[in-house]
Amino acid sequence: MTIKSILLVGVGGQGTILISKIITAGLAEMGYDVKMSEIHGMSQRGGSVTTQIKYGEKVYSPNLGIGEADLIVSFEKVEALRALPYLKAGGSLIMDDREIYPMPVLTGDAVYPHEAYDRLKAEVPSVKLIRAAETAQSLGNMRAQNIVLLSAMVKLLGLDNKIDWKKVVAENVPEKSREMNLAAFDAGSAMLEA
Amino acid sequence: MEKQILSGNEAVARGAYEAGCAVAAAYPGTPSTEILENVALYKDDIYCQWACNEKVATEIASGAAIGGARALAAMKHVGMNVAADPIFSMAYAGVNGGLVVVSADDPGCHSSQNEQDNRLFAPHAKIGLLEPSDSQECKDFTKLGFELSERFDVPMLLRMTTRICHSKGLVELQEREDVPVKKYYRDIKKFALLPSTARNRHVAREELLIEMEAYANDCPINYAEYNPGASAGVITSGISYQYAREIFGEDVSYLKLGLTYPLPRKLITEFAQKFETLYVIEENDPYLENAIRALGFTNVIGKERIPICGELNTQIVREALLGIPAEPAYRVELEAPARPPVMCAGCGHRGFFYALSRKLKRFVPVGDIGCYGLGANPPLSASDYSLCMGAGLSSTIGLSKALALQGDSRKVLGMVGDSTFFHSGLNSLIDVVSSNANVVACVLNNHITAMTGHQQNPGTEINLMGEPNHMIDLVKLIKATDIGDDRIRVVDPLDYQAVNAALDEAAEIEGPFVIVTNRPCALLKEVARANAGKYCEVDEEKCRGCKKCLQIACPAISFADGKAVIAQDTCNGCGLCMQMCNFDVISKVGE
Repeated sequence: MTIKSILLVGVGGQGTILISKIITAGLAEMGYDVKMSEIHGMSQRGGSVTTQIKYGEKVYSPNLGIGEADLIVSFEKVEALRALPYLKAGGSLIMDDREIYPMPVLTGDAVYPHEAYDRLKAEVPSVKLIRAAETAQSLGNMRAQNIVLLSAMVKLLGLDNKIDWKKVVAENVPEKSREMNLAAFDAGSAMLEA
Repeated sequence: MEKQILSGNEAVARGAYEAGCAVAAAYPGTPSTEILENVALYKDDIYCQWACNEKVATEIASGAAIGGARALAAMKHVGMNVAADPIFSMAYAGVNGGLVVVSADDPGCHSSQNEQDNRLFAPHAKIGLLEPSDSQECKDFTKLGFELSERFDVPMLLRMTTRICHSKGLVELQEREDVPVKKYYRDIKKFALLPSTARNRHVAREELLIEMEAYANDCPINYAEYNPGASAGVITSGISYQYAREIFGEDVSYLKLGLTYPLPRKLITEFAQKFETLYVIEENDPYLENAIRALGFTNVIGKERIPICGELNTQIVREALLGIPAEPAYRVELEAPARPPVMCAGCGHRGFFYALSRKLKRFVPVGDIGCYGLGANPPLSASDYSLCMGAGLSSTIGLSKALALQGDSRKVLGMVGDSTFFHSGLNSLIDVVSSNANVVACVLNNHITAMTGHQQNPGTEINLMGEPNHMIDLVKLIKATDIGDDRIRVVDPLDYQAVNAALDEAAEIEGPFVIVTNRPCALLKEVARANAGKYCEVDEEKCRGCKKCLQIACPAISFADGKAVIAQDTCNGCGLCMQMCNFDVISKVGE
């Protein structure tokens, strides 16, 4: 098979790295060769965070370049816009409705592009808007946003019925938030159908 | 055999464990930090510690290796500059137990002040060089490093890069080998490097390098992959091998090098002479390329097309070598505002930098490496330059002389964090005080090595192994210079008035002055727990929209519909914004 490339983008603290870990564990369980690459460091301080996951029969490079992502999952609106050049022709884009203002916007030196989704929709036929943060909030904690997005991602890639994803999720989240995260997983796959 | 998904850093730690490593030391630095954090998982078998700097870490490991134990020192690339002294000496002294030095380079400067290529240290220091290209090799090469170190009596440099350190892949695990510590023996002619012994040790080193090159020509980690009908030959190492393999598949043949110093010149020659087109694919400097050209191959295509600057990826290499330009498939003409890293909500540094930013007519501010490096960014913009660990204090001496020579009356104010102070800032401070320099030396103490993700340092309660630390009080240490109580102030950086008063005193007094700011990092678990439920609130009715509170650049404060708004879920009630407000409309909730 050809190699599939996924790019996750968000803001420091949104939990992109945790779901990269979960999806990587799931892909390995399915028998795929898988590589995951994350850039952190300065990004811990509220900067942009990117994680890349590649899977297939044999994966060499762990990272990807312009026009190479089969799927981009964005945890935040502006980050979807920033990541767009990495999307392959015909690739898919899942984006959360969540807006997190970067410092230049907070200080009034830049304008937040609230219309990002509408503009992306006009150019990228496959773009899907998901209210993952909002859903997670209604389930009790916005931090479960990442699991909602994970669930949507797994479904979109057609991997949802291959293994017991909820078991993999349960193994990778703290016990006290397990129930909520499993509920978030259910919510995510339902949202993609809607 | 059990397989696990490990990052390169985790795999190095696992390799050290399996190889019977007994002592490991490091100073934290992205992208190397997780190596020692993961070695600490095996603390029952490996003694491990955060050293106060990379030189000390390497010396701890060197002592262990001379003593007969397998030892590892890890650092980021610029840390190797600090550690170069013991590394060069150990190349002459040689080892008893194996010594592996890990350098995590950062092509692309993801979180560093430069992108130096530390492969060049290997020929310079005359030590062996290993370049893993994925997590499995990180583990395997670490183990091999200990063996080769003992076999060729030399420290081995394991050179990683950010993409290797922070990428995960499947790794096969093995049990820990039973490697008994070798008996310590006294050999003054080998280990005591005096001019008379060093001359002989240099000769011994050169002889062993010849033997090691013979090994490099015929070892399992330097190998050719010949593909039938190959249109070109590719010589590569490290992560670049993965890029090459993905781009060219089986259309070319490969010479994949894992042991790259001493370079296997015979093997390279045999491979290179088979191809009319020869690509050398490597990140940053033309290390392999220059050596291959020196062997007489002029048909090499390398850095004339592949960029020296920045991190590579498949798309950059494909474009460089095959002329296939990268074209984004989609375009939207809408600008995404930049998202620079910022000081966190509740960060003590914000208070100090804000006060300083208002006094730049009196001070020339100099920064250093750490979270407080963010103080250089707008709107605070209160750090004119930063060079390397410790320079935030020492360079102020020279700068103050240069300013005096041009009649600039501003006082130079240098800043380091607590970890940077213990790293080398203490030495810098000794010179500031003993030379009676007319500067202000500031230690911004947040009680942890914060930027790299909260590693312990000599000023913290516990150590890497989770045991109680003999905590060093940095204020007592500074007072031990006898600078005098009238020349040192300890303030809470979020107490705006106190910071202002200390800065005013510092500006007025002639000669050295020390300010220590004392406020634990807001992200520390116990601090976050204590602040849970606390936040500041703007009285919407009374807010006049003057935007004064926005000047402190807090990620919790925004401006909407002519009023300041504080995000409850981000704010932790540090109260700095309350001190900014001229109309007293911000109050604290949850106290």
